[in-house]
Amino acid sequence: MSEARQFKDHHREARLFFGRALFAAVIIVVLTGVLVVRFYSLQVTHHDDYVTQSDRNRVHVLPIPPTRGLIYDRNGELLAENRASYTLSIVHERVDDLGRTLSVLGELVEVSPTDIEKFNDQLRQRRRPFDAVPLRYNLTEEEIARLAVNEYRLDGVEVHAQLVRHYTHAELFAHTIGYVGRINERELTSFSEEQHQRYAGTHSIGKNGLERSYEDELLGTVGYQNVETNARGRVLRVLESSDPKPGKDLVLHLDTQLQQKAFEALEGHRGAVVAVDVKTGGVLAAVSAPSFDANLFVTGISFKDYRELNQSRDLPLFNRFLQGQYPPGSTVKPVIAMAGLHYDIVTPSDTVYDPGFYRLPNSSRLYRDWKRRGHGTKVDLKQAIAESCDTYFYDLGHNMGIDKMHAFGYQFGMGEKTGVDVPNERRGIWPSRDWKRGARGVAWYPGDNLNVAIGQGDVLATPMQLGVMVSTLASRGAHYRPHMVASVGGETVEPELINQVQVDDAHWDAILEAMEEVIHGTRGTARRIGQGAEYHMAGKTGTAQVVAIAQGEEYDSEALSERNRDHALFVGFAPYDDPQIAVAVLVENAESGSGAAAPVARKVFDAWLLDADNQAEEP
Amino acid sequence: MPHQDFLRRLPESDRALRKRDRLQQRLHVDFWLLLLLLIITGGGLVVLFSAGDQSMATIKRQGIYFVLAYIAMFMVAQVPVHFMRRLAPWAYVAGVGLLVAVILVGVGAKGAQRWLSLGGFRFQPSEFMKLAMPIAIAAYLGQRHLPPVFKHVFFTLVLVAIPVVLIVKQPDLGTSILVAASGLMVLFFAGLSWRYIFAAVAAMLASLWPLWQFVLHDYQKKRVLTLLNPEADRLGAGWNIIQSKTAIGSGGVPGKGWLQGTQSHLDFLPEGHTDFIIAVLAEEFGLMGVLILLGLYLLIVLRGLTIAIRAQDSFGRLLAASITLTFFVYVFVNIGMVSGLLPVVGVPLPLVSQGGTSIVTLMTGFGILMAIATERRKVIR
Repeated sequence: MSEARQFKDHHREARLFFGRALFAAVIIVVLTGVLVVRFYSLQVTHHDDYVTQSDRNRVHVLPIPPTRGLIYDRNGELLAENRASYTLSIVHERVDDLGRTLSVLGELVEVSPTDIEKFNDQLRQRRRPFDAVPLRYNLTEEEIARLAVNEYRLDGVEVHAQLVRHYTHAELFAHTIGYVGRINERELTSFSEEQHQRYAGTHSIGKNGLERSYEDELLGTVGYQNVETNARGRVLRVLESSDPKPGKDLVLHLDTQLQQKAFEALEGHRGAVVAVDVKTGGVLAAVSAPSFDANLFVTGISFKDYRELNQSRDLPLFNRFLQGQYPPGSTVKPVIAMAGLHYDIVTPSDTVYDPGFYRLPNSSRLYRDWKRRGHGTKVDLKQAIAESCDTYFYDLGHNMGIDKMHAFGYQFGMGEKTGVDVPNERRGIWPSRDWKRGARGVAWYPGDNLNVAIGQGDVLATPMQLGVMVSTLASRGAHYRPHMVASVGGETVEPELINQVQVDDAHWDAILEAMEEVIHGTRGTARRIGQGAEYHMAGKTGTAQVVAIAQGEEYDSEALSERNRDHALFVGFAPYDDPQIAVAVLVENAESGSGAAAPVARKVFDAWLLDADNQAEEP
Repeated sequence: MPHQDFLRRLPESDRALRKRDRLQQRLHVDFWLLLLLLIITGGGLVVLFSAGDQSMATIKRQGIYFVLAYIAMFMVAQVPVHFMRRLAPWAYVAGVGLLVAVILVGVGAKGAQRWLSLGGFRFQPSEFMKLAMPIAIAAYLGQRHLPPVFKHVFFTLVLVAIPVVLIVKQPDLGTSILVAASGLMVLFFAGLSWRYIFAAVAAMLASLWPLWQFVLHDYQKKRVLTLLNPEADRLGAGWNIIQSKTAIGSGGVPGKGWLQGTQSHLDFLPEGHTDFIIAVLAEEFGLMGVLILLGLYLLIVLRGLTIAIRAQDSFGRLLAASITLTFFVYVFVNIGMVSGLLPVVGVPLPLVSQGGTSIVTLMTGFGILMAIATERRKVIR
């Protein structure tokens, strides 16, 4: 404590302090200057950048999805509409604790495990960030109210009215109109930049059928809204907006009642019916049975439902009229006969002896006629078609050869996609030498000619192709591209003539008369459906083998399992003198074209030609 | 007899000034300081109204704190300076005792234990230490010959270190730095040799690496890293600083207008009513508002230094200068952190940010300044 007792030099200490205080003052002024420079840099030099950033913070561009175009049948009946549905969705990025939010939601509204499963599936997929992922559709008024009251607990949860596609006849048109579904990850990755913009705010895309092929027309143009949002993303006000343009409406050639009748006529069998407007190629009905509820797919089908559909033995998801490839059997005979006439292989009056089988020269193999005892000693062309005499066509096929048969059949659309406006069409097989060498790696054998002539062997065709074929016959050679859509957004889709088959009128007369004989002749294979008809029809039955029958064996339906029995087919048109509607019918494993398929066609003809409603609508 | 020395320098004719001086003396109030404080607290309420979502309740509560703080200031201003000096050791011991109590029985939140709870009343001893520290050090050094010799410097450092270590333990890095600064500042004003200062700065720079490696908590490191690159974690730790810079920058020179700040009103700016309030001011009142506020702070600090220079003895000088400088450190650290110059530490903007404790502490400090300013002057010959 010695220094404490000494006198303090107050003046010296004050001077010393003054120096330090001055130094501190300088430092303070300098540091304040640093702050001023900093704020000048932020508020003046980089002002514009931060204004942009601040605007980007608060101003968000919200896409307004357009309303998808509606789909009507030819009579103006609404087939695909958009229903307002309140959807509960979650923006994952704005939720702190998803598990807790889900459990709170579970108390307020009904959320099934399926909903959660679907939600989680979509969450795992790649999405646009801050995109709301739907959890529940079709909220009730009461549920909406409960959610509104609890809004404060539910950050990131949104309830909004959304238009959801609804199909009024979901099962009837599942294979033609198809369905929309949620845009999935694969589609999202394949989107171009422009598509990403077009689909902003839109959650669904056409997956199948017309919904897919007319996606561009149906979608419409997206609108935009510039909105001011707070940090939690709640929209506070709309700054500016541009309205979306709704998609174009489609009017189809399809007729709901005809479709319904055709569906019912199959009586629960697996099969397909295609009805084509002979004069335009417009598809009046296209049925694949059994079918499914297309509405299931709109908001995302549950795993269980999908498995059920997918694993069903009856293949409800399978589009039989477009993707089902069946041996056409005797239904191709009119075309083969016409080729024979056209290439001068036969004349209508030439006859063939039919002992019930045919044998190629220098061969022991027997090619059987479906009728064991044969059709008689003098089978001419008309009888051959009316009674579906195989031996006549074996002989014709042998004499004509594959090249001519192939070239001629090709003009009727065989072996080529019909070009119908529904996607995923199969092309069938209309064999040729080249095709066989390419596909089978072997040369063309004489026996192959015989098989092609009766529509067996390698020949495969879709019911749609058969419909086009018979329509081309009915119109005397006008081969139209079949199409389902009559007008898009009010603009008529013009019929498209693919080619005009050039054949002498006399040949057409001969073949069409023979086809009339099938139904109205005393011995025609489909004479039963001609009974009591108010109009004349023409057609051809077919019964196609599903499994090959070995040489020397006979077809015994009892011994074959149901799935291996013959397919029943029929193609035809009506009325005979002024053909309007051409129909192709396939009934799987129903054994008899005349017994199972032809009656279906008759019902379709009746529905189209006799139904007063339809007649009134005809222009 | 009193202030002869002082008055001699004033113009003889200015009787009004002398009258005002006498009034200041009697009330123990420094008019300049009071005026600046009133402007800044009044303006602060205007900014807080906007930052606090225009809630009158917030303004009322803050108003009550201000009233309490001004009362505390006036009361402390009446305390004779020599009494403060005699109280200093006891205040220091009490402060350290309370800090030990925090470690033993304190309450806290978010992993930090900073409060003592006495029958529902919460008290933060580190806040008390912000004043007790400079008083104690000023009292200690004020009695020594200045500049201090090595022994006294050493004792001073020990006195500073004890409470600082206790506060670091809570952990509360921000406050501990401020408390340490308030003590070391006294040492600086006491005339600590520049050699020591340079050596200390060199040692500090050398200790940065071990500090980073062994002392700093992860969340503290994260704050520093965030400062260096806020974009690295836009939605997490970087969010605050990005949003506050955006608020400041988008304000421009004139600002967006009172209550018109989009960053603050649309909730992009976090802590807009507390630590980040200057971002609200900068957004709504622009560079003009910021310059006015910085000007006011600068005037307060310069006034404080003037008071210190005019103080009667070393204790008054050191204490006044330390309180003033500490106040400036608060200002600089807060504004530097909000504008992205310094890491984010929990330091409120003095006199403007919402919150009672900080305001009462600060105003008590200004009360001490006023007591020193109005101390009856002894004639020294």
